[in-house]
Amino acid sequence: MAELEVQKQEAEEMEGVERTRTRRVFIPKVDIYEEGETVYLLADVPGVDQESIDITLEKNILTITGFVDDEMEDYGLAYSEYRVGDYERTFALSDEVDRRKIEATVSDGVLKLTLPKAEEAKARKIAVRST
Amino acid sequence: MFWSTGRRPYWRREMGRLQQEMNQLMDSFQQGGQRGFPALNVWANQDEALVTAELPGVNPDDLDISVVGETVTLSGSRALPETGEDITWHRHERWHGEFSRTMQLPFRIDADNVDASYQNGVLKVTLPRAQEDRPKRISVGG
Repeated sequence: MAELEVQKQEAEEMEGVERTRTRRVFIPKVDIYEEGETVYLLADVPGVDQESIDITLEKNILTITGFVDDEMEDYGLAYSEYRVGDYERTFALSDEVDRRKIEATVSDGVLKLTLPKAEEAKARKIAVRST
Repeated sequence: MFWSTGRRPYWRREMGRLQQEMNQLMDSFQQGGQRGFPALNVWANQDEALVTAELPGVNPDDLDISVVGETVTLSGSRALPETGEDITWHRHERWHGEFSRTMQLPFRIDADNVDASYQNGVLKVTLPRAQEDRPKRISVGG
C-alpha cells in the first residue's frame, strides 16, 4: 500500500489583499501535465461543485477559487483531523495558451482545466527583415 | 415527567458525554503517533456518528466500508489521471494509490443501518448506535 500522508495546506494571506469571507483558505493540490498541444490542470477541491467555483483570468494570471460551505446540522463535532474551508490558488500562464478555448469541469471534487495552446504559439516565427 | 439534573437538555448532555469519550479514545490514538489516510472528522449526536473524509476523484465503486462491532473501516483507491503515454509532467502533487483506515467509535454500531454518501468528493458515513447500546431514559412516575 502506498504511504499516503496528505495534509491540507493553508494559504497565507497575501500582503495588501484582504479577504472578505471569514473562512479558512486552503491551497489545492494540483497535477499539471502537457499532452500534445494541450496543457491539463487537475486540482483536488473536495466539497466544491460546478456552481461554487470561480475561475478568473486577468492578464496571464489564472486564479482558481472554490467556495465550500460546511454546515452540519443536528450534530456536534466530536473529533477532527482536517479542517474545511475555501480553496484558492493562482498560476501564471505562459502566453502560449489560447485563452478563449480554456475549458473547466468539476467532477467528484476534482477541477479539470483544459488549456489548449494558441495557434500562433504552435509555430511562432519572427521574420527578420533585412534593411 | 423525566428526571433532569442540569439546565442542558438531555440530548446535549448525552452529546457532551459522547464527545468526551471520543476525545479520550482519540487521545489514546494520538499517543500511537501516526494518523492515517484519509484524515477523518467525526460528528456525533445521541443516536449516531457521522464520519467524513475528503476523497476527491475516487470512483464510488472503489470505496469499501465495513463495520465490525465498534469499528468502521474505510478503504479504496485512486488511480493516476488517465492520460496518453506521451506526456510531460509540470506538477505532480495529487495523491494516488490505495488507502485503508480503521476507526473505533465509543459504541457498538448498528451495522444493518449504516448509510454512506459520496458527493463532490466528500464521503459521509452515518453510523447509528446499536439499539441495545443507546442510553435509556427512565421515567419517574409521580
